[in-house]
Amino acid sequence: MTQMPPLVALVGNPNAGKSALFNALTGARQKIANYPGVTVERKSGRATFDDGQPVEMIDLPGAYSLDPDSLDEAVTRDVVLGNLEGHRRPDALVIVLDAGNLDNHLRFALELIAQGLPTVVALNMVDLAERDGLQLDAEKLARALGVPVIETVAVRRRGLAPLMAELERTLKTPRPSVEPVAVSFGANNQQARDIARSVIVSETAGRQWTRRLDSVLLHPVGGVVILLALLFLMFQAVYGWSEAPIGWIESGFALLSDAITGALPDGLFRSFLTDGVIAGVGSVIVFLPQILILFLFILLLEASGYMTRAAFVMDRVMAAVGLSGHSFIPLLSSFACAIPGIMATRTIMDQKERLATILIAPLMTCSARLPVYTVIIGAFIPSDTVGPGIGLQGLVLFSLYIAGILGAMLAASVIQRFVTQSRTSSFLIEMPRYQWPRLRDIALNLWQRAWVFLRRAGTIIFAATIILWALLSFPKAPEGSGISQVEYSVAGRIADGIEPIVRPIGFNHDIALALIPAMAAREVAVSALATVYAIDAADEDAAASSLGPKLAADWSLATALAFLAWFVFAPQCISTIAVTRRETNGWKWPIFMVTYLFALAYAAAGITYWTARSFGL
Amino acid sequence: MQLDRLPLNRAAVIRAIDWDVLPDQEGHRLRSLGFEPGVTIEALHKGILMWRDPLAVRVGRMTVALRTNVAAAIDCELKP
Repeated sequence: MTQMPPLVALVGNPNAGKSALFNALTGARQKIANYPGVTVERKSGRATFDDGQPVEMIDLPGAYSLDPDSLDEAVTRDVVLGNLEGHRRPDALVIVLDAGNLDNHLRFALELIAQGLPTVVALNMVDLAERDGLQLDAEKLARALGVPVIETVAVRRRGLAPLMAELERTLKTPRPSVEPVAVSFGANNQQARDIARSVIVSETAGRQWTRRLDSVLLHPVGGVVILLALLFLMFQAVYGWSEAPIGWIESGFALLSDAITGALPDGLFRSFLTDGVIAGVGSVIVFLPQILILFLFILLLEASGYMTRAAFVMDRVMAAVGLSGHSFIPLLSSFACAIPGIMATRTIMDQKERLATILIAPLMTCSARLPVYTVIIGAFIPSDTVGPGIGLQGLVLFSLYIAGILGAMLAASVIQRFVTQSRTSSFLIEMPRYQWPRLRDIALNLWQRAWVFLRRAGTIIFAATIILWALLSFPKAPEGSGISQVEYSVAGRIADGIEPIVRPIGFNHDIALALIPAMAAREVAVSALATVYAIDAADEDAAASSLGPKLAADWSLATALAFLAWFVFAPQCISTIAVTRRETNGWKWPIFMVTYLFALAYAAAGITYWTARSFGL
Repeated sequence: MQLDRLPLNRAAVIRAIDWDVLPDQEGHRLRSLGFEPGVTIEALHKGILMWRDPLAVRVGRMTVALRTNVAAAIDCELKP
């Protein structure tokens, strides 16, 4: 019989350096899944003791106490107490303490030690504490707590071997089971402060980097300017740096597709491979450069400690629509893609605010809308200048972004007032010390997030593309009938059904047809229109350049503007809907989201169309 | 003096916290961040532009951001 390796849980306050210690102990061999029954991420990994015995480690979500006020904290409590169904109770705990913040972190440590599990304390970030002028006596702390204390600097891999050795010793020492002792909150607080004071050997005024940086980064005016500059840089990077790799990926898939076209006889199977499988995988991979750059920025901002400062700066602005600084980062991510944005809402403490943020995330102009906007603007908006250095085309593009943001603000106020009925939002958050991000941790995290994105979004987009391929390929149009395959297919017939509905907002049959495949990913609308207009183009760029004149000849300006307005609001992406279902644990909210967004899109397109018509466009 | 009116960069001690005016969740979070009578506190930064909200304060060895409506429930006394 094989015996399960012992399970050791790393537990501690947020910002104690827990994840860095976890990475240092387990290396890159980590598994990411969800805890049973909840959408809280479970990170686990393997470490080995000196004698070669494996040990399974989990990185529990950061918590302030065993009395939870967020989903994450509830998971930590349930795992520590052995109350999480389908999850075994840890055999030992490693409590991670920030040496520079003992007063606060000891309170939770005392509560955890009272649970009676074998415990080792990692007194982490002792280097930062020393930098701040703080000298601590670890042995005295161990005596006061009654458990072994090991000094560590996770990011420099200091103290790891002693920590593992102590953990091994603690696990292998038979000990009587201890009944957990309930401790009152106040007494615990007082005790924590007393211990913290007693273990300080010396305390001098440190250099206080954090305070000095904050006086610049949180400056009432300067802080705003810096944040906006950072955002500008981030957008430049997401759109600018990704151009070349996206080109390589597209040509790579085009080559692959050509190779298969050359190697296989024309037929259903070849079409399945090139138009279904390769197009499907390609449409996912092509987002990867932008997503990676976005994640890189977000990880750097998080690891350095700036993220909570950005939330601080933006809090008042977000409060105007019933949200808070907590929602800022998820919404920002949604400008690249709503999927990582919605996944990032997990950090929002208030569940009503989290829901409202998820529901408005698709209104942020994601990168998939850009190809659609580019084609239509290029075809219909003259490249005039309306002022010094301001082109009309750019202005229209900018106003589409603004329209999305205004729509999101409006939706947020309405949702917070009438749907979630949240009375007030709240903003109460610890702001960690600034730290230089560690390349290794960033790289590992980037890889993990990219993998999670590929797995979640990839499977959905891929499946959707295959289904759409089938809808567009069957039934086969009779040979020589002169009817195009697109018109004859199931999708074409669905478009016949949709057409009367979208006719009042100025959409023609071709648009109705393009809207269907655009459900997989918005930018597919471009290649779908190209197909409808029987343009045989190798890729989106080529399709776009020859599509423009064709559209300009065929559509009225009013129709084109209505089409743009539609794409500002329409929930045109199955993956977003699927992720919303996963993150809200049911169909209720994705259905609500789809309904309100389609209603908004319909209204916006209709108003645009009829207004433009009344101006004779 | 209430925390939202405390001058910046002056150490003070929390005298009392009016838990009753705070929503449960915020009171709970405030406690878990170490706010309680007797603790030393210092207002460090105020929010952007004309709002001057939220506040960044130092509690023990930690910096915490909180909104002025919550800060108003915390009564402090400036250290001499």
